[in-house]
Amino acid sequence: MTTDKTSKLVEIKNLDLTFNQGRSNAVHALENISFDIYEGEVFGLVGESGSGKTTLGRTILKLYQASGGQILFDGQDVTKLKGRALSDFRKDSQMIFQDPHASLNSRMKVEDIIAEGIDIHHLAKSKADRDAQVLHLLDLVGLNKDHASRYPHEFSGGQRQRIGIARALAVDPKFIIADEPISALDVSVQAQVVNLMKDLQKKHSLTYLFIAHDLSMVKYISDRIGVMHWGKLLEIGPADAVYNHPLHPYTKSLLSAIPVPDPEAERQRQAITYNPSRESDGQERSMVEVGDGHFVLATPVEAEEYRKDQK
Amino acid sequence: MMNDTILQVKDLVVDFNTYAGKVQAIRNISFDLKKGETLAIVGESGSGKSVTTKTLMGLNAENARIAEDSQLIFKGNDLSKLDAKGWQKIRGNEIAMVFQDPMTSLDPTMKIGQQIAEPILKHQNVSKAEAMEQALKLMVGVGIPEPKEHINDYPHQWSGGMRQRAVIAIALAANPDILIADEPTTALDVTIQAQILRMMKDQQAKYHSSIIFITHDLGVVAGIADRVAVMYAGKIVEYGTVDEIYFNPQHPYTWGLLDSMPTTDTKQGSLEAIPGTPPDLLYPPKGDAFANRNQFALAIDHEQQPPFFKVSDSHYAATWLLDERAPKVTPPAPILQRWQHWHDMQAQGV
Ligand SMILES: Nc1ncnc2c1ncn2[C@@H]1O[C@H](COP(=O)(O)OP(=O)(O)OP(=O)(O)O)[C@@H](O)[C@H]1O
Ligand SMILES: Nc1ncnc2c1ncn2[C@@H]1O[C@H](COP(=O)(O)OP(=O)(O)OP(=O)(O)O)[C@@H](O)[C@H]1O
Ligand SMILES: [Mg+2]
Ligand SMILES: [Mg+2]
Repeated sequence: MTTDKTSKLVEIKNLDLTFNQGRSNAVHALENISFDIYEGEVFGLVGESGSGKTTLGRTILKLYQASGGQILFDGQDVTKLKGRALSDFRKDSQMIFQDPHASLNSRMKVEDIIAEGIDIHHLAKSKADRDAQVLHLLDLVGLNKDHASRYPHEFSGGQRQRIGIARALAVDPKFIIADEPISALDVSVQAQVVNLMKDLQKKHSLTYLFIAHDLSMVKYISDRIGVMHWGKLLEIGPADAVYNHPLHPYTKSLLSAIPVPDPEAERQRQAITYNPSRESDGQERSMVEVGDGHFVLATPVEAEEYRKDQK
Repeated sequence: MMNDTILQVKDLVVDFNTYAGKVQAIRNISFDLKKGETLAIVGESGSGKSVTTKTLMGLNAENARIAEDSQLIFKGNDLSKLDAKGWQKIRGNEIAMVFQDPMTSLDPTMKIGQQIAEPILKHQNVSKAEAMEQALKLMVGVGIPEPKEHINDYPHQWSGGMRQRAVIAIALAANPDILIADEPTTALDVTIQAQILRMMKDQQAKYHSSIIFITHDLGVVAGIADRVAVMYAGKIVEYGTVDEIYFNPQHPYTWGLLDSMPTTDTKQGSLEAIPGTPPDLLYPPKGDAFANRNQFALAIDHEQQPPFFKVSDSHYAATWLLDERAPKVTPPAPILQRWQHWHDMQAQGV
């Protein structure tokens, strides 16, 4: 991707990952993925369930080991980070996990869960400062001080998700991978959390990789969007371009399936079905720029069709 | 008509004992579920949707207490009086549930195929091989690619959405009278979501079974529900047919809910959020629990809980705004548009 308006915070080059390599249940979860995330932008990642979004996020954060390719964070190869640089990377890049239940330690009080990173990275001057930070974070995500001394099982699904968000924000990171951060929240709280994430982004010049299934919300929050299917990135572009002029047939099918809050429209819905057979036809495909900053995985012949399609 | 009703919840009250005090999670709710219908429950996080449905499965946490007078009449029997043995007959068989957190209902040490086959073995008189065959079919039905290769996988080897589909397959395997689905599709992309919703609807049509569907996604509700109940702070504040709730909403909380749903046309920076936070259920307010976040609140809202006012035979809302003495208020513009549409629909006799 050639645009160099702002600096690149994350550069992903030809990333590949196979689970259970060589066994009958091997899964080629990431296949030759390349893209950049610019400093201060929200990069939205959407795609089929099981397409590799979480795996991609976890690989960027070194929670999984890639089988091939390279990841640069602030210009440095993350696989080579050691000592102080590694500890900084662990603080600067945070993840909000998809499954709030599994990611919160059930034997820890909420205040200690939220303050875990503050403690590890010694970010509080005193006990009082730590308490004040926790209270501020609870307030930020719409919980209150009574919640601090409770345990995760005493919370509803959406409340637990907000604890996870507070924990990620606690260490004042530069880069947050938010894996379905709002899907467990009801719409009114979703709006609060998304507006909150946007505010924090401006204030602290945060960069997000925002993974979600709610396409309306992804469009609302993202500057650019990537679409994944079967371990591959099929399309990348500015949010408006991808939504208003989708190129790849999978993207089109995805957009046509968005439920709308209107019972009459729902009764008349016409979904476009996607036939994935083309993805296994053995033809060589690469990312081609079809519109301004709008790329699609295509053969040269397909690229021509997409170009015509655009006009 | 009465025997058309499969479930009647009457005056349900559920409290939780905690160190901090008594959390009043469900503060007296009543509703019916008819055979063959889909009832959607929507509402703020923490409003009591999951507690309500867990109560219907006899699966509340140990610190939960259901009030004496609460009744859960299912096919003529009061479930609230069942003992552990009685629940075992019903749970996962006549009433099955898809839980909000897929990981909590999957056994991490057991192969997924086996977990799907288990309810089939338990409730049908079939061989192990046949149960596995049916499990495989269900995996295909919920859209797991290459199911044969993955039938022996463990839950951690599946993505979030795949696990959620496994849980749906387990619930559907029992072919229940009532399927309770708590946020069953939040971890799924919209195309697979559409496929799963269709599958649930097909099974419902085939067996005339009922669905209680909990979701935050008002788009999904619009597509799947016959009737909708809106919950806030442990109470139902409004219920009606799906058209009544979407086009003729009456409770200001329902207005806020409908307004905070973005569409792909929503411009950046313009998403409406309902300001403030819901009340702490340790100390619920004495009036309408939504009053302190409600720009349309009347003085009485802070003092006295509103009763249900009838809007139509099928539509009720608990807001003092419907009292004949209340001043006329003008709802937000998008809601007025919905009302206008409702008016047009009525005029056309839809
Ligand atoms: N075991 C428990 N102990 C104490 N309080 C609890 C317990 N379980 C639930 N609660 C409280 O009961 C209320 C209702 O919770 P519930 O899980 O039903 O919410 P919900 O409507 O399903 O929310 P969400 O949309 O976030 O899943 C919440 O305030 C929650 O904190
Ligand atoms: N630890 C693991 N071992 C084996 N296979 C795995 C593992 N984790 C993920 N996979 C497989 O890798 C693929 C991608 O999974 P991933 O969790 O990244 O999907 P996703 O895009 O996040 O999906 P969802 O939207 O459902 O969360 C899936 O086929 C999944 O089964
Ligand atoms: Mg995932
Ligand atoms: Mg819930």
